[in-house]
Amino acid sequence: MPTNILMPALSPTMEEGTLTKWYVKEGDDVRSGDVIAEIETDKATMEVEAVDEGKIVKLMVAEGTENVKVNEIIAVIAGEGEDANAPAPKAVTPAPEVKTSEPDATRAPAPVAFSVAADPEIPAGTTFKSQTVREALRDAMAEEMRRDEAVFVMGEEVGEYQGAYKVTQGLLDEFGPRRIVDTPITEHGFAGLGVGAAFAGLRPIIEFMTFNFAMQAIDHLINSAAKTRYMSGGQMASPIVFRGPNGPASRVGAQHSQDYASWYAHIPGLIVIAPYSAADAKGLLKAAIRDPNPVIFLENEMLYGKTFDVPELDDHLVPIGKAHVLKEGRDVTLVSHSHGLTYCLDAAAQLAEEGIDAEIIDLRTLRPLDIDTIVASVKKTNRLVTVEETWPVCGIGAEIAAAVQAKAFDYLDAPILRVTQKDVPMPYAANLEKLALPSAADVVEAVKAVCYR
Amino acid sequence: MAPKSSPQKPASKSADTKAAAKRKSAKPDISGSPFTLEEDKEAYREMLLIRRFEEKAGQMYGMGLIGGFCHLYIGQEAVIVGLMGAAIKGDQIITGYRDHGHMIACGMDPKGVMAELTGRAGGYSKGKGGSMHMFSAEKNFYGGHGIVGAQVPLGTGLGFANKYRGNNNVAMTFFGDGAANQGQVYESFNMAELWSLPVIFVIENNQYAMGTSVARASAQTNLSKRGVSFNIPGEQVDGMDVCAVRAAGAKAMTWCRAGKGPYILEMMTYRYRGHSMSDPAKYRAKEEVAKMRQEHDPIEQVRVRLLDAGVSEDVLKDIDKDIRAIVADAAAFAQSSPEPDPSELWTDIVAPLTGTGA
Repeated sequence: MPTNILMPALSPTMEEGTLTKWYVKEGDDVRSGDVIAEIETDKATMEVEAVDEGKIVKLMVAEGTENVKVNEIIAVIAGEGEDANAPAPKAVTPAPEVKTSEPDATRAPAPVAFSVAADPEIPAGTTFKSQTVREALRDAMAEEMRRDEAVFVMGEEVGEYQGAYKVTQGLLDEFGPRRIVDTPITEHGFAGLGVGAAFAGLRPIIEFMTFNFAMQAIDHLINSAAKTRYMSGGQMASPIVFRGPNGPASRVGAQHSQDYASWYAHIPGLIVIAPYSAADAKGLLKAAIRDPNPVIFLENEMLYGKTFDVPELDDHLVPIGKAHVLKEGRDVTLVSHSHGLTYCLDAAAQLAEEGIDAEIIDLRTLRPLDIDTIVASVKKTNRLVTVEETWPVCGIGAEIAAAVQAKAFDYLDAPILRVTQKDVPMPYAANLEKLALPSAADVVEAVKAVCYR
Repeated sequence: MAPKSSPQKPASKSADTKAAAKRKSAKPDISGSPFTLEEDKEAYREMLLIRRFEEKAGQMYGMGLIGGFCHLYIGQEAVIVGLMGAAIKGDQIITGYRDHGHMIACGMDPKGVMAELTGRAGGYSKGKGGSMHMFSAEKNFYGGHGIVGAQVPLGTGLGFANKYRGNNNVAMTFFGDGAANQGQVYESFNMAELWSLPVIFVIENNQYAMGTSVARASAQTNLSKRGVSFNIPGEQVDGMDVCAVRAAGAKAMTWCRAGKGPYILEMMTYRYRGHSMSDPAKYRAKEEVAKMRQEHDPIEQVRVRLLDAGVSEDVLKDIDKDIRAIVADAAAFAQSSPEPDPSELWTDIVAPLTGTGA
């Protein structure tokens, strides 16, 4: 019985890839361990080795094919003595992660039934190009490095490896190793080193491979970076950006799935940014690099590969500290940031079908929090649901609820509800992980509760 | 970043010592040559200023004029004074919380330092930093850090900036024998050597990390060897002898300025007082302290040398008098300077944000 070779999943978040090259042709004999193909994902280009032995009977996917889904059959192998002309094979092994038919907001947001509002700060008549968040972030760094010699990037695998998540791809080629600095695995050390360089007037961009690892370095982010301006009476400061993916990724377990938004938003002296769209990722990262304050720039792995329209401007800057009304609505206000917006947009589409018109606010900056925009919205809709991938206790939603009840108590027609990650460490098992994360369904349920529907 | 000058902080001519004035122009390696008479006088003056300043700070702490933590540098004066003697303009200094001596040796105004200790508007941080958190961008003093060992990667970053800019400066990063056991020190050693950063790691081994002796805390008690596995050269130096300190400093700086990477200097020194003002120092014998003071005092060593060289007691008394006046001025200023305006509670937290015009 011939064996199927399936498109492999090469990263926790990979859904599809490009089969860039076949190293074998039909009729070749392969042995376990032979390199048979090269596959490019959004994160890396990798070679694929044969596991089974035999003769390549058929290559099912042509070289250069893009968007080959994980678990699609890419080739068929016949073992010794097996009939190469046997009937068309069936899939041998079910994928470990079978896609269910129900929509999973973390992986494939449902099409949104409305268009999101353009950022009012972008001049009319601007043309846009389609870009991933990953590319937008890279362009932001490159543009600022061209503009200012003092800007440099430092972190693990940012240079020769081209970025653990490919965000710094190409930067080493353009700027060289003096300004794209590969570090040892030494978060505490290079975070402190970056702050010292900032004291001396440089403009470091420190990449954490993920913010989970920044806990090793958090003393420097808080005690050294955030407090020095105050402790020095304004004499010394640390204009530095700490950036990297934050929040739950996919199936990476408790130590690699945590949203640190509220940790950093707690600290006076820090600026905390968590963009959703590629346009905001670019404009806010450029602003962050220029900003004279220490900035915690929280990216999201699940959004890196998502494509958005990015304005084609010479210098696209998004103001720090301003929320963006992503969608206007009458009945309820949804407030979220970063990947949380995917749940909101999905929920808003479902709610629209049931006649509930939700307004969606993308916070973009978490500190300082743009409470005025939220309050203005609540005064219109009289109902508020906050959505985030943080735990509920002392989260961003808790802060918003406190501020809104103080500033718009008389306008509220229902208690403020929070949709959050469940108050447990992130489980690994697929079903439990899904239960732990917030979902569009959770948002719909909360909205119906505050609308008394 | 332009340093902020406080109108309540008049420049003190007497504090801007000759040693500090000399650093205004870069000078070549002064090597290990013995001190000239003038250099000895200057070192005597500088060390005595630090000691009298610290004694006054201790006294004012006892009077309730200084709050919180206050860590005195008495006994360790030769370390910073000797190293500053080998520095050139633009070399940076960064240290931990036992920082008053470093600030004075950097040429910072004793009035501004003392007023910071009393939490007054005329202090270097407008009273918002305190004993452990003072800075002077103008004098290349980068703090004043309260978290044990945190200054080590920060200082390595100052060295990184020197190399990035291609200037000829060295970042002198001071820490104690206690901080030498922090993991981030070794992360810094690794990067400093890997990238050949111009950093001198100055371990001020005063033999006690708070109440724990080096032997009780360190598997390898020769801390100058702590860079061995990173290929960083290191040596132990008599930190009570200002000449030996300067000579070692000059050697280390020559190494760093030649692009050879970092250097470790373990300064064998001693603090006469407790770890902080509230430490009765019961972990060591009084005799141990007395013996150090009698046989190794850094100031006394220079005093004897000056007298032997024929400098009269009167000349030394004039220096003493001068210094007492500077310290008395600083103490008076620190008490007369007003407390910070309540509005200062809300200043210097963040600079205006980019893109908002706010």
